[in-house]
Amino acid sequence: MHIIRNPRDVLSGLLFLVLAALFAWQTQELPMGTTVRMGPGFFPLLLAGLLGLLGLIVLVNGLRFPGEMPSGIAWWALGVIVFSVVFFGFAVRPLGFLPALAISVFVSALASRKFHLVTATAITAAMTLFAWAVFIKGLGLPLPLLGPWLGGY
Amino acid sequence: MELFDNLALGFSVALSFQNLFYCFLGVLLGTLIGVLPGLGPIATIAMLLPITFGLPPVSALIMLSGIYYGAQYGGSTTAILINLPGESSSVVTAIDGHQMAKNGRAGAALATAALGSFFAGTVATFLLAVFAPPLADLALQFGPPEYFSLMVLGLVASVTLASGSVVKAIAMIVLGLLLGLSGQDIYTGTPRFTFDLPELSDGFDFVALAMGMFGISEIIRNLEDEHERSLVAAKVKSLMLTKEEFKRIIGPVLRGTALGSFLGILPGGGAMLSSFASYSIEKKISKTPREFGRGAIEGVAGPESANNAGAQTSFIPMLTLGIPSNPVMALMIGALIIQGITPGPNVVTEKPDLFWGVIASMWIGNFMLVLLNLPLIGLWVRLLTVPYHVMFPAIIAFCCIGVYSVNNNTFDVYSMALFGVLGYALVKLDCEPAPLLLGFVIGPMLEEYLRRAMLISRGDPMVFVTRPISAILLMLAVAALVVVLLPSVQKTREEAFKE
Repeated sequence: MHIIRNPRDVLSGLLFLVLAALFAWQTQELPMGTTVRMGPGFFPLLLAGLLGLLGLIVLVNGLRFPGEMPSGIAWWALGVIVFSVVFFGFAVRPLGFLPALAISVFVSALASRKFHLVTATAITAAMTLFAWAVFIKGLGLPLPLLGPWLGGY
Repeated sequence: MELFDNLALGFSVALSFQNLFYCFLGVLLGTLIGVLPGLGPIATIAMLLPITFGLPPVSALIMLSGIYYGAQYGGSTTAILINLPGESSSVVTAIDGHQMAKNGRAGAALATAALGSFFAGTVATFLLAVFAPPLADLALQFGPPEYFSLMVLGLVASVTLASGSVVKAIAMIVLGLLLGLSGQDIYTGTPRFTFDLPELSDGFDFVALAMGMFGISEIIRNLEDEHERSLVAAKVKSLMLTKEEFKRIIGPVLRGTALGSFLGILPGGGAMLSSFASYSIEKKISKTPREFGRGAIEGVAGPESANNAGAQTSFIPMLTLGIPSNPVMALMIGALIIQGITPGPNVVTEKPDLFWGVIASMWIGNFMLVLLNLPLIGLWVRLLTVPYHVMFPAIIAFCCIGVYSVNNNTFDVYSMALFGVLGYALVKLDCEPAPLLLGFVIGPMLEEYLRRAMLISRGDPMVFVTRPISAILLMLAVAALVVVLLPSVQKTREEAFKE
């Protein structure tokens, strides 16, 4: 018999405890005030304490009652999707709006096991055209089309 | 009659060309995402929030609400025709609706869903018009302690009515509250939880959080297992109901409407709970319960009316008290705040055109949906053949553009990615992200009312139990918690949500 009976609960309990500690530590620099005039740190510390308590309950429950392992994590999809989003944030200024978007869309398509070069290219082209028509022409968002790295400004 | 004056004002606002257009756009988009599985109203509204910033507040709210109740319609179409509920609230419709379709009565099932929803929508809109203003008047007399207790009740109730572990859900709310407090403290301007990042001086961005938790993490989850959808759409012959069928749906529609209208007002209620509750009631009181699951028309009429009524009346607490009863309403409140409107009882009196315009638009929108849905069914079914691996890169594009365009800030794009990962991790650990979003929106309000309440009571926490209204609200919250933690109730709850 394992000590950890419900890994999902144990992990969530630990996650809540860690986050509670993080928030509680962040309130250390904040003035607490009094109960009449609560400072900026009062309510957050109260909540962090509550979160820690709840995390502890979840953790203990996870040790007492049986449960399942977290089901298979889609590491590939997770990595690719996060990368494509972060890439957009990184590239939107230096490369410009449309190139950054096109690359992000194309890369994100790689997350699927059914990735197909022709389809992915088609989606990329369609989305880039659509974004240009709707967001630049239609809504007039002030986004530079080409960034400094590509000769824009 | 003041009510008719108000409704006339509402219709004059809602019938302007611009607002009719946005209402139409909203219900069209809503139906679209209702049809498409894997894309829900929360993610869509979050994606479209940035686009609505440029609109006048009335048009923005009209469009966003159209998406919400439009999604209830769209979800039922695919549930009936191909046994694939596009929305969680249509899950029960699929049980009997698809059986009806197999028996050659697809048209009748669709017509029942449309008529039931339209009837329920009309009644619920009327209830909203009648009951919202007095409720807002009552709420105007609330002081800080009452507001604090009301919010606590709302948060607790939203947990007890949701599925899954109660303790985890409460922890998610608390986490949401903490995240909501990030940024400058309202009284002193002291930065909190900013981790010395200047980008966080206004706190975490609401749009980034909503899109990450509900858009990005949802995509990753859908990519876990990509199975082929077998699409055998039932043929739709005649949309006409027989006389006998018509008689059979009257009762369920009326009961579903009443039930949905009531459950929609409760925090945590709304469309999904209403449809589940209605189905089990219809099954229980039916003279022929064995027909349920084999194509009973009552099993379509009741839940479909209930989910639409619930979707409409869940606007009542949002519009009158400024308190969201579900994540979609939390997004609406976010939209209002970004538009510079403080949600609360003052909206009715200070912004009557907004309040009544939105109400009137709901009725118009429901009417549009009936006209829009029945003739376009063929189109919706064809849309379903768009495979997910074609769809999700487009969603990614919308999320990126949307979150970036809010503040032209790349930091928001990164936080969206971060919340996407956090949301995915939490889902993997069986922690539902919806309560977190509620907490995030309510956090700053809850703190403000707590601090004001303590100031007027000179630091005496007893103020929450010595003021009668506040005491009642808190007692209800405690009662809800105790009931849901009772072992026997917990068991039936698990069963109810499994069904």
